[in-house]
Amino acid sequence: MSKNLRINNKQFVDETRKLSFVFNGKKLYGYKGDTLASALLSNDIHLVGRSFKYHRPRGIMTSGSEEPNAILQIGNDDALTEPNARATEIELYDGLICNSQNCWPSVKFDIGGINNFLSPLLPAGFYYKTFMWPASFWEKYEYFIRKSAGLGKSPTKQDPDMYDHRYMHCDILIVGGGVSGLIAAKIASDDNKKVLLLEDKELLGGSLIYDDNDISKIDNQKSSEWLKKLIDNIKNDKNIIIKTRTSLAAYHNYNFLLARQNLTDHLSVNVRNNKIRQRLYKIRAKKVIISTGAIERPQVFHNNDRPGIMLASAVKKYIDYFGVRCGLENVIFTNNDSAYETALSLHKSGTKLNAIIDIRDNSSSEIVNKVKSLGIQIYWNHTIVNTKGYKRINKVSVMKLNDKGNDVIGKKIELNCDCLAISGGWTPMVHLFTQSGGKLKFDNKDNIFVPDKTNLNQLSIGSAKGDFELDDVLKNSIKDTKKFLQIENSNFDKIDVKCSKEKEKKNIWLLPSDKPLSKTKPFLDYQNDSTAKDIKLALREGFKSIEHVKRYTTTGMGTDQGKLANMHALGIVADTTNTNMGDLGTTTFRPPYTPLTFGTIVGRNVGQFFDIFRKTPMHDWHVNNNAKFENVGQWKRAWYYPKDDETMHDAVQRESKAARESSGILDASTLGKIDIQGTDANEFLNRVYTNAWSKLQIGKCRYGLMLNEDGMVYDDGVTTKLGENHYLMTTTTGGAANVMSKLEDYLQTEWPELDVFLTSVTDHYSTASVCGPNAKKIITKIFKDLDLSDESFPHMSFKEVKLGEINCRVMRISFTGELSYEINVEASYGKYIWEKCIEAGKEFDITPYGTETMHLLRAEKGFIIVGQDTDGTMTPVDLQMDWIISKKKYDFIGKRSLYRSDTIREDRKQLVGLLTDDPNEILEEGAQIVKDENKKPMDMLGHVTSSYFSPTLKKSIALAVLKEGKQLKGQKLLVPMIDKTIKVTVSDTVFLDKENERING
Amino acid sequence: MFLINCPYCGERDQSEFVSGGEAHIVRPKQPTELNDDQWAEYLFMRKNIKGIQFERWNHAHGCRKWFNVARDTSNDKIEKIYKIGEQPPKL
Repeated sequence: MSKNLRINNKQFVDETRKLSFVFNGKKLYGYKGDTLASALLSNDIHLVGRSFKYHRPRGIMTSGSEEPNAILQIGNDDALTEPNARATEIELYDGLICNSQNCWPSVKFDIGGINNFLSPLLPAGFYYKTFMWPASFWEKYEYFIRKSAGLGKSPTKQDPDMYDHRYMHCDILIVGGGVSGLIAAKIASDDNKKVLLLEDKELLGGSLIYDDNDISKIDNQKSSEWLKKLIDNIKNDKNIIIKTRTSLAAYHNYNFLLARQNLTDHLSVNVRNNKIRQRLYKIRAKKVIISTGAIERPQVFHNNDRPGIMLASAVKKYIDYFGVRCGLENVIFTNNDSAYETALSLHKSGTKLNAIIDIRDNSSSEIVNKVKSLGIQIYWNHTIVNTKGYKRINKVSVMKLNDKGNDVIGKKIELNCDCLAISGGWTPMVHLFTQSGGKLKFDNKDNIFVPDKTNLNQLSIGSAKGDFELDDVLKNSIKDTKKFLQIENSNFDKIDVKCSKEKEKKNIWLLPSDKPLSKTKPFLDYQNDSTAKDIKLALREGFKSIEHVKRYTTTGMGTDQGKLANMHALGIVADTTNTNMGDLGTTTFRPPYTPLTFGTIVGRNVGQFFDIFRKTPMHDWHVNNNAKFENVGQWKRAWYYPKDDETMHDAVQRESKAARESSGILDASTLGKIDIQGTDANEFLNRVYTNAWSKLQIGKCRYGLMLNEDGMVYDDGVTTKLGENHYLMTTTTGGAANVMSKLEDYLQTEWPELDVFLTSVTDHYSTASVCGPNAKKIITKIFKDLDLSDESFPHMSFKEVKLGEINCRVMRISFTGELSYEINVEASYGKYIWEKCIEAGKEFDITPYGTETMHLLRAEKGFIIVGQDTDGTMTPVDLQMDWIISKKKYDFIGKRSLYRSDTIREDRKQLVGLLTDDPNEILEEGAQIVKDENKKPMDMLGHVTSSYFSPTLKKSIALAVLKEGKQLKGQKLLVPMIDKTIKVTVSDTVFLDKENERING
Repeated sequence: MFLINCPYCGERDQSEFVSGGEAHIVRPKQPTELNDDQWAEYLFMRKNIKGIQFERWNHAHGCRKWFNVARDTSNDKIEKIYKIGEQPPKL
């Protein structure tokens, strides 16, 4: 600390607790209670970053979440580092490490600074205009643009921190713990309401808590003293839950709000272990009071972006709250009275104030008179036309404004300064109000947008609604809160407030300079380097909508979302186009208000909790037998069981061969199962499936195909008639929940007259499916009394049998084309039955197979998989499954759609088989099929949906959907791949055992 | 995120529900007697209006019952909730 920038202020900063931190490799010190920004400023560091486009040196500008420049990379750990952190919001902790972003090799000497001199060549839309052609070069351009763009570095390792979510409910939610929010909280609590009060800073009190002038008085006390008593009162109030360091991220409809609480970011890294870093509150509030305050606006003039140029309110806060002087020679530039409070704070702290430049003609308000009486030079009706100092401001040039305020006159005055405090008035923070769907109206007096209409049970008070003077803030907050809560009297009704009243107002969105606009750099959006010139260029080029101007110039599109820039951008558009700002409207305010880290949004839903997964009762057996798993919906299904160093292909070939030649066993527990009962159950099946069910006998099974009302295949599966009026439907694994919902929907809404009850029993039963030529022998070993003869137990039938105490449903149904039995038992016996089958099958070398082998086996038989061979555009006719459409039934879901003009087209895509000319060539699923390779672009006739190498047929087989496929049997077609073209012949869809000899044993 | 007052369970968070689109589109009793245009009218045509829209909702993560909701699509305000089979209210 070469200069003495700390003043004696023990109130909010604890000077007994010295903290060390590292900025750009240099070790520095601050105190407990500092923000990173105040600590840097106390070390006389303003220059902290480079701007996005021109790489101009930029300094700390604000003291809050609106900070556009001081965005730093915090930490240097690959997993914990955080980019784009606002130094003004980071509470200092011991050992903090931070670095400047967007500069190389250093913030003091940045090569990219050359862009500043090239800036005439880099107007708005530069990238759009320049990198248009040739289009094929885009990939090369992009590489370099990406390198030069972007701010901080993302962490490269997994986030080890813990995050939390919590639901909160309250009568009244108050967002913002400044004076108006505190008053509202107290009024609500006195009315016995449950209040939740959120404050994004560490301490309650807003800006009034450090207000130190002698003009403002509440009940004859210094306003900050009065407020401290109120805060003590509220802290002990049992009706009020206070959450500090908690910022509201999003305000949704129906008073549903999301807030993020910082729990450990202010702690030294070594004491954060095992603590939750941030918590996301999901809040449902009966009523919401928004008291988020206002943000000071800068002024727009030539070179208004140098380090050392700060908002006047920030300069005041650094003195009054943190005890830090931002400069030793100050100049204030304002258009309103609030900056005079900064003047008083500077004076009181003994800091030199060289002059105040005020664009107004004069003012005689109480506070201005007080400043006048201190002998401070005020330049009325003057503006700053330029500033000097590359890495820190050292001079301002001042000239008189003409009558219209659009040009400057007289001679140029030069003033020295190392800190320029600017104020262009105040903007209410209406973000949350508009996020919630509220409509704004424009207030011509203060040039602000204020809350107008809302559909929600909410209220904006204080400067968030456009009250800026203490008496208005307090009295209107009390009055509005009472009305909102329907309360007659409050303890604040006789409040006595004294404050200075502003008498003169003047606003110029773009201040003139002695240079032509084209030679100046009046910045609007500091972070994205957009200037007033860019806005005017966009308007000249025909962009009229404010949303288009925003995107073309990128104004307001930085991490600060234009909190400082947007009003000036609107003002300049309005002035240039002669539009009323109220008619122009604003750009859309979208959540989150300040950036949220992904961890907070995700909360505990990471790793194994990211999504639930479902395991069958036999899961452990699969794990112990080296199964590889695939996700099917939420299920973990055994995919294949590699032995030794087998590849997937090797394993699947072995498993398939075993199933065809001896026996295989599959865990089919994941199939959806719906228990259907009721006197109309049969009629119900007739209505939901395409085929006829009336004649199905008890003990028999039938395959069914379900359509959507548009005629497209929706699901399929086998349904068994367990008893009179009692069926067990199976669905695909992935479609189970949707089928259940669809059936319930029809029952409740279209056919409420049907006596049918549906119960999802997917999890209640588990299924072991034993197949292959030796299946019958294995089942006989398990169920010794069961008659498995074809006469007694034919294909597509079912028997109930007991194994000891266990009730078993055995179905003879097959998805592989082999003789096969499915044993269904209550889930808790699933593993027992499975192991029983394995044991019984040992002598036949029973081979467990996974879903991949199942897919191969069924493809050999040409059985479809809904969702693999169909995609929501395939009718049963397209699938060549005309046989399953009942001609006799009057109606079923989707029937009428099967002869719509579109579904009867001959040239629809239809399911076919494909055989490669080279039997060893395996097609890739998804590969396109063409006829003529030379015609470019090639006409794509269809694509491969399933493809395998069949070990039984010793050749490659595939299913595909193909335009006019039915007529193309025997035709030679081509499948072009990246490195070769594969020749194929269209075939039948059934490749193996067309006569069904295997199924019938 | 809405709060929806399920007629069977009471007020619940929207995340427990799924929307089923426009309400009061009755499945024709005799689809085979409709021509393509009439069937397409039932199958594809939805109003999607700005203003009060009658729609079906299902308490999927609750009682699984379907019911009807009159919602103002311009501000998502739910004006009325009524059971399946009941006539839409005059709003």
